[in-house]
Amino acid sequence: MRPVDTLVIAVQAIGRNKLRSFLTALGIIIGVASVVVMVHLGRSATRAVTEEIASIGSNLLFVMPGTSQRGPGGLRIPAEPFELADAEAIEREVPGVVVAPSLSRSATVVYGNANESVSVEGTTNAYFEVRNHPLAYGRPFEPAEVRSGAAVCIIGQTLVDDMYLDATPLGSTLRVGRTACRVVGVLSAKGTSMGQDRDRTVLMPIKTVQRRLAGELDVNVMYVSALVDGTTPRVQDDIEALLRQRRRIAPGAEDDFNVRDTQDVADALERTTNTLTVLLGAIAAVSLLVGGIGIMNIMLVSVTERTREIGIRLAIGARTADVLTQFLVESVVLSTIGGIIGLAIGMSATWLATAQLDLPFVLSPGTMALGFGFSVFIGVLFGFIPARKAAHLNPIDALRHE
Amino acid sequence: MSSHARPAAEPAPVILEMAGIFKIYGSGAAEVRALDGVDLAIRAGEFVAVMGPSGSGKSTCMNILGCLDVPTAGSYRFHGVDVSALHRDELALLRRHYMGFVFQSFNLLPRVHALGNVELPLVYQGVRPAARRARALAALEAVHLGDRAGAVPSQLSGGQQQRVAIARALVTEPSLLLADEPTGNLDTATAGDIMSLLESLRRERRITIVMVTHEPDIAAHAERVLQFVDGRLVRDGPPA
Repeated sequence: MRPVDTLVIAVQAIGRNKLRSFLTALGIIIGVASVVVMVHLGRSATRAVTEEIASIGSNLLFVMPGTSQRGPGGLRIPAEPFELADAEAIEREVPGVVVAPSLSRSATVVYGNANESVSVEGTTNAYFEVRNHPLAYGRPFEPAEVRSGAAVCIIGQTLVDDMYLDATPLGSTLRVGRTACRVVGVLSAKGTSMGQDRDRTVLMPIKTVQRRLAGELDVNVMYVSALVDGTTPRVQDDIEALLRQRRRIAPGAEDDFNVRDTQDVADALERTTNTLTVLLGAIAAVSLLVGGIGIMNIMLVSVTERTREIGIRLAIGARTADVLTQFLVESVVLSTIGGIIGLAIGMSATWLATAQLDLPFVLSPGTMALGFGFSVFIGVLFGFIPARKAAHLNPIDALRHE
Repeated sequence: MSSHARPAAEPAPVILEMAGIFKIYGSGAAEVRALDGVDLAIRAGEFVAVMGPSGSGKSTCMNILGCLDVPTAGSYRFHGVDVSALHRDELALLRRHYMGFVFQSFNLLPRVHALGNVELPLVYQGVRPAARRARALAALEAVHLGDRAGAVPSQLSGGQQQRVAIARALVTEPSLLLADEPTGNLDTATAGDIMSLLESLRRERRITIVMVTHEPDIAAHAERVLQFVDGRLVRDGPPA
């Protein structure tokens, strides 16, 4: 028997029952599409994170409170937050650094009829240098405004675009939460990253946020910039030593805070996205498996329905291998068609999703090949048992089958 | 098997030879002897009818002759080769190249047109599509259905379907045609047509026909009748 004839017979059998064939392949379509989407989106997110971190710069350290074992019975509880005094101490005692303490709260800002929900970040003038985010125009905070916690703010470009239309924001009064603030400056535009608009922000002196928005004297995070390249590890050690001393951590006890450089953060984020990718990919793979079981189910039904046909073929001179290949090819063709459609749908969905989420569109030929190859493999795997059943029918019994 | 002219007096060679064939199902008290020691020889070109009540073993005998089944004991020589212990794939190859089958219920592939049905044995022989088509059309014309090549079985009458089945059985030019109650589902007039067709094809192609039937009228078309009772061959001679 010529292989092309086997293929023709399989394709004809699939075409004879189009709806059923489509529904059978649907399991594979959904499986392959979800594998492709999940893995691609995961890769895109990882790429976005890495690019993002790289743009922040390499001399930046994040100092954040961690967890401590000082809870009842040694349970982990969130550690004490920092205070402004900690930031001042670092700046005073660690040479060659600039420190920007920060406390964020989300709040609604209102100007005229327009209102926006934004993240309000309380900080100092060091922020512009440390976060590499200079003013576009206007002025920074006056030292007196920082000391006293005056009601002044510096706003991001999105707020200017959305709320001020043609008016100039400088000198206007913006209501932030319940506080009326004078706008003294506008930040340069940073654009969007990872689906987040970085220009949708309001900066205020940290004391203003502490007193008027948060109602507490905490500092969430301290951004520390090492002024000299290559001193970051030394600075990191110095900060750790200083903070252990200030927070009275006994020698040998673990830190209840984290000092991370951007690489640490990038690594942590990448680990997270990778874990998510693997997890979602695994879930998608399970759906592919379910699709394979669907194929096996329908092929078993089909073999029973076509018992007489198989009997005729055997009587006419089909060998075990002829019948086996015929049904195997049928299920492989089904799953391959499903794989191709799933691939197309998966790529389109990925493209749409990355466009919507503003992620880079990362094409991964490996994932595509894997998804496609896996669908063919599923066709062989789950087609084998039904095909074997068909091939080993007794011709006499098969011919008598009603 | 040679095609050169031989003297009319010389008998045709024996192509089917059964010796001490048993087919036993079950064991002990539940043992059923479908065939209970059958000896049989059929010469090339014979037209043999196999008769007997149901359960007499005639179908089992037919299945073994057609290499669809293997005997429990005994030897069956087909063209001088003992095939009683061959693997099912080897039996399939014998059927593919030497045998044609016609069944009571026609057994055509339901959604395949007549031409496709007739082509099927050639597909398994690996014949190329063009040659396949030409040979299948010729076979359909031989059964006077050349104009119905594109019809699917449901569009054909019972007699026409059986003629398609005969074309399918003969398209490989087999040496043996096995017919299992070929007229069982047909009315008397159509049955007569089918029998005349079989007879004329046999004369033209010098093919051996073994036919199971329980109708004496149909068996009368054969030149030799085998009567089975309880798994034994009880009568072997010309039609009564």
